[in-house]
Amino acid sequence: MTSDLVAPKPPVVEIDGLTRSFGGRTVLDGITLRIGRGELFGLLGPSGSGKTTLIKLLTGMDKADSGTVRMLGERLPKLAMMHRFGYMAQADALYNELTARENLLFFASLYGLAGSRRNERIRAAMGVVDLLDHLNKPVAAYSGGMKRRLSLAIALLHEPELLVLDEPTVGIDPALRQSIWKELLALRQAGTTIVLTTHVMDEADKCDRIGLLRDGRLTAVDSPEALKARSGAQTIEEAFIALGGGVRT
Amino acid sequence: MRTRALALRIIRQFVRDKRTLALLFLAPLLVLTLMNFVFNGQSVKLHIGAVSLPEPIESRLERADADIVPYSSMDEAEDALRDGKLDAIVSIDHGAPSLLLEGSDPSVSRSVLVVLQKALQAEAPNAPQLRVSYLHGEEGLTSFDSFGPVLIGFFSFFFVFLLAGVAFLRERTTGTLERLLATPIRRSEIVGGYLTGFGLFTLLQAALIAVYSIYVLGMYMDGSIWLVLLMNLLLTLTALTLGTLLSSYATTEFQIIQFIPLVIVPQVFFSGLFNLDAMNPWLQKLSYIMPLYYGADAMRGIMIRGEGFADIRTDVCILLGFSVAFALLNVVALKKQRAI
Ligand SMILES: Nc1ncnc2c1ncn2[C@@H]1O[C@H](COP(=O)(O)OP(=O)(O)OP(=O)(O)O)[C@@H](O)[C@H]1O
Ligand SMILES: [Mg+2]
Repeated sequence: MTSDLVAPKPPVVEIDGLTRSFGGRTVLDGITLRIGRGELFGLLGPSGSGKTTLIKLLTGMDKADSGTVRMLGERLPKLAMMHRFGYMAQADALYNELTARENLLFFASLYGLAGSRRNERIRAAMGVVDLLDHLNKPVAAYSGGMKRRLSLAIALLHEPELLVLDEPTVGIDPALRQSIWKELLALRQAGTTIVLTTHVMDEADKCDRIGLLRDGRLTAVDSPEALKARSGAQTIEEAFIALGGGVRT
Repeated sequence: MRTRALALRIIRQFVRDKRTLALLFLAPLLVLTLMNFVFNGQSVKLHIGAVSLPEPIESRLERADADIVPYSSMDEAEDALRDGKLDAIVSIDHGAPSLLLEGSDPSVSRSVLVVLQKALQAEAPNAPQLRVSYLHGEEGLTSFDSFGPVLIGFFSFFFVFLLAGVAFLRERTTGTLERLLATPIRRSEIVGGYLTGFGLFTLLQAALIAVYSIYVLGMYMDGSIWLVLLMNLLLTLTALTLGTLLSSYATTEFQIIQFIPLVIVPQVFFSGLFNLDAMNPWLQKLSYIMPLYYGADAMRGIMIRGEGFADIRTDVCILLGFSVAFALLNVVALKKQRAI
């Protein structure tokens, strides 16, 4: 259908002319974006620029006012596609009264995991985020960073081919952040497509491509190197300010 | 499978939350017990002042559970009445008996009249003796017995409404509902999970309240305990579905509390606790949209008049209808959170 893509495989996410407004205020305005298979794509933008709104639309949780969203070739929103991605919300949505294991058991069941496979996946996902020792603690006794990591583990539970992570590393210390990034890069090596939002510039540097979002518009989409070259900046941060600020190149 | 997982999670959360458990199970029992003490206590001893009353009438009154205080003059007795020491004064005025009531508590006035009538009637042996018998209940039926069935239904309804509303609201405000909706769960499975998980506790609560009222508080009971349980369960299911539905329109716990005067209090007025005969017939028809009206009607029927299933079938059907309608509306209301 779309033959303008260099990558041989069809895109995982295809967004065309997407517009979303809340109560007359346009939050996303004419977004068009392709994210290819196995890509690690970063969404960068100031607070309130519409990152979370875009994430919700590309997972089919929210419905666009106009424009289309396709995931793995299927038009969204579609219930069956909810199986195909793992999601980590910006705010930790965990059941504090329950232990980490009970939280994981619950979400695993929602994805249809059961029996020994379920236990296996719980151990694997908790291993990635280094929380195996705290499996039976109530979440209420977790620190902020631990909750973040548990949220990530939940997103990894059913081994989805697409990971959608809304600010995954907020509140996580540098050492652990590094180890999480190592895992994300390993997942990408294994073929998982990852879409994440971030405020941290050196994280943006690790992405294959970045989209700069500003006032509901994608002002630039390219690899970190290309963006720096295009804006004549040394760092992504400078490029972000130059390009995001509306300076045309 | 997903419905079961959700129900299981709700049950787990519930069991950890001791305070909520206590509110659900102990609070209704506590309030019912208090009500029992207030309305079911010893019958109040009447204090009647007697001014120049013939001795036979005086002794009759004494025997009819009244405390008779003789006064020599009317003025003296009236002072005592004003001081609240007496409920009434009986005197013989120009040969005819006359009664002066304190009057601020209608139920006391009524008791005085009854006692006095009995005493006077017995004094006139040629008047035919009135024989009193009861179609329903018995002479000892207290006011607690008569509105107890309504109270059982009301407390089940009230506490479940509150808890279900708050629980569902919390799911939304903590973001877990949104997280839940990012999984392949269907909207109907969410409603089903809530109904199952909460349903278990409401079933337990309904049974506990009914059994406690009947067997511990000794509420008058002429029908089948199973029918009482069935009605109570239906009422709590209605409360559960209505509570979760309305919580979609609240953004804070306090707003759930604001639903109480809007949704709960009017139902109390129409539930049969108060006699509505004096109300405008058009307003009376409002009771037809109140779930508690049907629940209370059936509970009273079963417990006081000993009605069987055939007599309460309409109430059962209507409450089931309410529950199904509210549950479906819940599924629709969830569309606000996720398009599919
Ligand atoms: N449900 C909603 N109703 C009304 N306005 C909304 C809603 N969701 C988002 N918005 C508005 O849309 C804009 C973008 O919000 P969004 O959450 O997407 O920003 P963001 O880029 O994720 O910001 P942050 O980096 O702070 O998370 C904001 O101005 C917000 O007020
Ligand atoms: Mg955001």
